[in-house]
Amino acid sequence: MISKDSEIILEIKNLQARVEDQSILQGVNLTIRSGEIHALMGRNGSGKSTLAKILAGHPSYTVTGGTVLYCGKDLLDLDPEERSRIGLFLGFQYPIEIPGVNNLEFLRVATNARRQGLNKEELDVFEFEEVVREKLKIVQMDSSFLDRSVNEGFSGGEKKRNEILQMALLEPTVSILDETDSGLDIDALRIVSSGVNQLSNPKTATLLITHYQRLLNEIKPDFVHVMSAGRIIKTGDKELALDLEKTGYDWIDKDAQPKGNDL
Amino acid sequence: MRLNSKNWLTSLPQPSGTLSEVQLRGREFLFSNDLPPKNNESWRLADYEKLNRFLDLPVSNDSFLDSESRNLWPEVASGAFRVVLGPAGECNSEVSLPVGFRRLTNPEIEQMLGKTLDSCSCKDSWSVSLNHALTSELLAFSVSGRNLPPMELISHAKTNELCPTRVLIVLEENAELELLQVVLGSDFSAHSHLVEIHIGQEANLTHGLIGIGNNNSGFMANLAIEQELRSNYLFTSFIQGMAFGRVEPRLVQRDGQANTTIRGLQIAKGSEQLATHSSICFKGPNGTLDQLQKAIANDSSHSIFNGTIDVPRVAQGTNAEQLSRNLLLSSRARIDAKPELKIVADDVRCAHGATVSQLQQEEVFYLRSRGITSNQAAKLLLDGYCQEILEKLPSNAKNWIISDECKLII
Repeated sequence: MISKDSEIILEIKNLQARVEDQSILQGVNLTIRSGEIHALMGRNGSGKSTLAKILAGHPSYTVTGGTVLYCGKDLLDLDPEERSRIGLFLGFQYPIEIPGVNNLEFLRVATNARRQGLNKEELDVFEFEEVVREKLKIVQMDSSFLDRSVNEGFSGGEKKRNEILQMALLEPTVSILDETDSGLDIDALRIVSSGVNQLSNPKTATLLITHYQRLLNEIKPDFVHVMSAGRIIKTGDKELALDLEKTGYDWIDKDAQPKGNDL
Repeated sequence: MRLNSKNWLTSLPQPSGTLSEVQLRGREFLFSNDLPPKNNESWRLADYEKLNRFLDLPVSNDSFLDSESRNLWPEVASGAFRVVLGPAGECNSEVSLPVGFRRLTNPEIEQMLGKTLDSCSCKDSWSVSLNHALTSELLAFSVSGRNLPPMELISHAKTNELCPTRVLIVLEENAELELLQVVLGSDFSAHSHLVEIHIGQEANLTHGLIGIGNNNSGFMANLAIEQELRSNYLFTSFIQGMAFGRVEPRLVQRDGQANTTIRGLQIAKGSEQLATHSSICFKGPNGTLDQLQKAIANDSSHSIFNGTIDVPRVAQGTNAEQLSRNLLLSSRARIDAKPELKIVADDVRCAHGATVSQLQQEEVFYLRSRGITSNQAAKLLLDGYCQEILEKLPSNAKNWIISDECKLII
């Protein structure tokens, strides 16, 4: 769904960030337009998840430079809840278990927060139950999950499905899915991928963070980026992901070595 | 300090009623032990100033509780029945009990009263003696059979009074009961409450205690529980809003081979001091204990937990776990938690632990990333933290938990 005329939803320029004294992002540049699906790949520790958390506003990270514009607005100025309310969604790599907090109540409060951001009326308990039961079909979840505590005792696959259920309810403009495929068996991967595909449309965009080509067989990316040492060092189309599957990331080290005539 | 000068004791009404002899004994004890001993571990951290403030209050002696107060109580849960304790309620001889419940006769009371206190080694504790000194009547009944209506025992102290109440319950062999006790305090009021429960073989008791104060309320509750073989006891307590609150559950598994589950939640705010001092003793083999005590301390409040598990040589095969989990929400608040195991038997599985933490930042961020504000997130997390305990209260507690009287005030 690439179109140069599409609106720019997310524009990251020279983003730099650190956690405590450690610099992690060292100048990330990325532009995402509506309708696009981007895949972000790279070794462990290259900064992919950090980028996702910084975009969502995690308070442990400090942005030391650069800008992020969301639909032309300065995203970095906003609190995490404000980012969610205007349509930014982070699907967690490790969804948090919250004992005692009822999943249905959590989903209702979150959905109403987003609806506030969209200037829509809040849903009461009964209206919400109708909505959530429809959305459960997208991720093929049993309604018994609604009665449990948020993610508590869920399997890895159930947690990821619960993340996509939240995505379905919040109807975000930009979804950042951090290793949504990790810990999923083949069937669960298909269910989750199918959910993401159903929720994508020409007005939304998705940033998939993944290590594996298998997710990209299910969700076709328009762009594939490779991240290393806190920067995006290469961008291509889905063929790049296929190459990475074959060759791995050794080429990054080779490219980084000084050439003979540079000596 | 009236108690210290003995004036307070001499100012009490003359001993009377079913418990007049017990009253005399209690007063004699207090004459020679005017205040709880500071060198006793369970009183070491007690706020004596607050304690004395409540001991200054006159003991309630009339039976009038205005209808406005009663109107604030929620409806009795469907199928349950309610008994009001204390001077404001029905005395033992007037209580009408449903089938399966039987009032104990005076000879039965004479025979059984104090036996469980003895078994639990708390007959001569200071707070038990205080209750002895004050209480003139008690509610005493036995329970037999199953599928009985859940029972609510309510006591409500009025402003400017100290309300003493006492209950003796005998669960016959194989009986099953859901018992909810609700103790409500008004501003400048106090409660002294004493419960003795004997749980017969293979009997099951689900027991809840909700203590809700209102600003300057004081509350001291002593529970002595004796379990026989293959009985099951679930005790859940929830205390909040008390300027000085102290719950002392003491339990003995007389011959082991019984199951005990304890859940506790105390929410302290302002300058309140809330304390739980539990003591569980296994006097036979193969008993189990699963205990979780939670506390939230806000503002400049103080939360205390002392928990002792006693596993003598005779208690081989005991499986006991005690955990104290605490949330410290203010740098001025204080939490003291001391779980303690005394194990002599060598073939046992016992674990204990205590944690003090703040709200988990990753949990807060997860909720905020879903559009939920910091304040909403904290409220959801704290409600969830409490829910793990509150859901264990007897089923008829639901009406109370959602009522204006009891709603969480974190």
